Amino acid sequence: MKNVLAIAEQRDGALRRVSQEVVSAARDLADALGGEVHALVMGPPGTTGAAGELGRWGADRVRVVEHEAFTQYNPDGFAQAAVAAARDGDYFAVLVPATAAGKDLAPRLAARLDVPLATDATAIAIEGGELVVTRPVYAGKAFARVALEGAPRLVSLRPNVFRPQERPRAGTVERHDAGLRPEEWRVRVREVVAAAAERPDVTEAEVVVSGGRGLRGPENWGMLEALCEAIGPRCTLGASRAVVDAGWRPHAEQVGQTGKTVSPQLYIAVGISGAIQHLAGMRTASVIVAINKDPDAPIFKVADYGIVGDAFEVVPRLTDEIRKLRSGE
Amino acid sequence: MKITVCIKRVPETEARIRIAGDGTSIDPAGLKFIVSPYDEYALEAALRLKEAAGQGEVAAITLGESAAAEQLRAALAMGADRAVLLKGAVGMDGLATARGLAAELQGSGADLILFGMKAVDDDQQQVGPMVAELLGLPCVTAVAELELQDGRIVCHREIEGGFEVVEAPLPAVVTVTKGKHEPRYPSLKGIMAAKKKPLEEKEAQVGQERVRLLGLSYPPERPPGRIVGEGPDAVPELVRLLREEAKVL
Ligand SMILES: Cc1cc2nc3c(=O)[nH]c(=O)nc-3n(C[C@H](O)[C@H](O)[C@H](O)COP(=O)(O)OP(=O)(O)OC[C@H]3O[C@@H](n4cnc5c(N)ncnc54)[C@H](O)[C@@H]3O)c2cc1C
Ligand SMILES: Nc1ncnc2c1ncn2[C@@H]1O[C@H](COP(=O)(O)O)[C@@H](O)[C@H]1O
Repeated sequence: MKNVLAIAEQRDGALRRVSQEVVSAARDLADALGGEVHALVMGPPGTTGAAGELGRWGADRVRVVEHEAFTQYNPDGFAQAAVAAARDGDYFAVLVPATAAGKDLAPRLAARLDVPLATDATAIAIEGGELVVTRPVYAGKAFARVALEGAPRLVSLRPNVFRPQERPRAGTVERHDAGLRPEEWRVRVREVVAAAAERPDVTEAEVVVSGGRGLRGPENWGMLEALCEAIGPRCTLGASRAVVDAGWRPHAEQVGQTGKTVSPQLYIAVGISGAIQHLAGMRTASVIVAINKDPDAPIFKVADYGIVGDAFEVVPRLTDEIRKLRSGE
Repeated sequence: MKITVCIKRVPETEARIRIAGDGTSIDPAGLKFIVSPYDEYALEAALRLKEAAGQGEVAAITLGESAAAEQLRAALAMGADRAVLLKGAVGMDGLATARGLAAELQGSGADLILFGMKAVDDDQQQVGPMVAELLGLPCVTAVAELELQDGRIVCHREIEGGFEVVEAPLPAVVTVTKGKHEPRYPSLKGIMAAKKKPLEEKEAQVGQERVRLLGLSYPPERPPGRIVGEGPDAVPELVRLLREEAKVL
C-alpha cells in the first residue's frame, strides 16, 4: 500500500511529455510514502521499446500492455488493461494524465474499481499519511482541497502543471497480456483525423499566441502565425470564443470555460478583452502578456506585461524583435 | 427513439464565486443558476436527433435540490418532453452522483443517454462515463458531432490536435462538447408548453459520498502586472523583460 501506479501515454510509439509529468509526480508521492513507482504504458506492438525511458523519470518498474488495436486510444481495452494493473499492485494511488484519453479513462477506472476520483489536479501531497489533492473548481475561481476515501486513490493530473524531474530508477520493463477481452470491446475508433497543424495542441504547448475579436477577421491570422513561427515549434495558436463562434478559428483552439484549459509558460493575448470565461482557461499560465488598444480591458488585470496599442502595429514589431533575438542565439 | 439527457444546475458562468464562512461551501446569496452550458449542447443534440428521426421522446433528468426544478423547466421549454427531478444532495463525489442517476436510468429503456462533457461548477468531467460503466453501456466522450447509422451512434470525438471518428452500438452513453449547433432559445410557445409537461419528483438513491472536501480557497493572486508601454515602441522593452526577467524567451 505504499506503491504508486502512474499511467503513461504514448502516441505513434513515442512517450508523450505528460508521461514524464505523471511519473515524476508519482515519484514524489512514492518517496514520501517509502514506496515504488510502477508505470503502465498501453500501446501497439513495439511500445516496449520506448517504455524503458520512464526509468529516467523515476519509475522502478514499467508494465507494458501491447495490442494491435492500441495504436489509438481504445476506451474499453485501455480500461481493461488499467483495471488489471491497478488490481495487481495494491496501490496507494493511481495517477492518470488529464488528457483527452485520460479524462475518458479515469472515470471508467473509478467505476470499475469502485473508488472515488479527483480530476484535473494542480497539486498533490501527502499530509499526515493522507493524500490531499488540490483541484480548481468554478473554472479556477476557487480551489478545492479534497481527500479520497478508498484505495487506490485515483487522481488525474492537469497537463503542463507538474514539472518532469529526472530521478533515474531501474525502469525494469515487463510485458503483460492483462487478460484483454477484445470480444467485449464495443466502442470502435474508425479513424483519427489529425488537424493539418504540425504545431502542438493548445493544451500542450509551452507558448500560446491567442487571438480575439480585436483582430477583425480570419484573414488577419497570418500575423499571429508569423509571431508563432518566430517563437518556434514550442508555440501554438489559441483563440477566444468570440472568434470561434464567428467561424474564424476552429473550436479546438478555443481557450476558456467552454474550451480548453491551458497552463503554458507564456500566454500572449492579442485583441482579447479578458472576459471571465476566457480567463478561466488561461489564468494558470506562468506568464501572461496582453496586447490590447483599450487600457481598461480586463485582460490587463491578469497580465504580467501589457502593451496598450494597436495589434496591427505591435504584433509585427514583436515578431521582428523575436526573430532578431533568435537569429542572434 | 428514447433519449435521456442528464442536466445539472450550476451558477452562471459570469458569477462571482464567494466562499462561505464555513470555508467548504459557496455562498449562494445573489447567485443566479443556469443549466450547465455543455448540458445545453447535449440537449440540443438530443432534440436534433429526435427531429431528424421524426419521432421519439427526449427526457431531462437532474439530481439535486428542489430548486433544480427550474433548470428542468428550462429544458422542457427548449423542447424536452418530460423531466425527472431526483431530490438529493450533490457533493464532489461524481461516483455517488453517478449511482443516483444510474439507479433511475437502469431499465428505463433509453436508447441514448446524453451528458454534458463536464458540469461547470466542480469541473469534474467524470459522471457520464461512470454512469455508462455502472449500467454496462458503451460510452463515447467529448463528442462535438453525432449521428445515428443503423442502430449505431457515430461520433466525432475531440482529441489533442484533431478528432476521432468513433462508433458504438445502441443503447449507448455520449458526453457532449460544443459543436456546430448553438443551443436553441426557448420560444414563448415553448415556455408556455413547458408548464403543462410532466415533471416528476422523487427521492434520489445517491451513493455514499467518499470525497472529503477539506476546504476551498481563492486562487493565488497574480502579482500585479504592469503596462510596459504604448504602441510598437514598447516592444523592445517587452522582449527584454520576457527574456531577462520572466525568462520565457
Ligand atoms: C456560458 C459561456 C461560456 C463562455 N465560454 C468562453 C470560452 O470558453 N472562451 C472565451 O474566450 N469566451 C467564452 N465566453 C465568451 C466571453 O464572455 C466573451 O464574450 C469572449 O471571450 C469575448 O471574446 P474577445 O475577447 O475576442 O472579444 P471582445 O470582448 O469583443 O474583445 C475584443 C478586444 O479586442 C480589443 N481590440 C479591438 N481592436 C483592437 C486592435 N486593433 N488592437 C488591439 N486590440 C484591439 C478591444 O479593446 C477588446 O478588448 C463564454 C460566454 C458564456 C456566456
Ligand atoms: N447532479 C447531476 N444531475 C444530473 N446530471 C448531472 C449531475 N451532475 C453531473 N451530471 C451530468 O454529468 C455531466 C458531467 O458532470 P461532471 O462529471 O460533474 O463534470 C454533466 O454535464 C451532466 O450532464
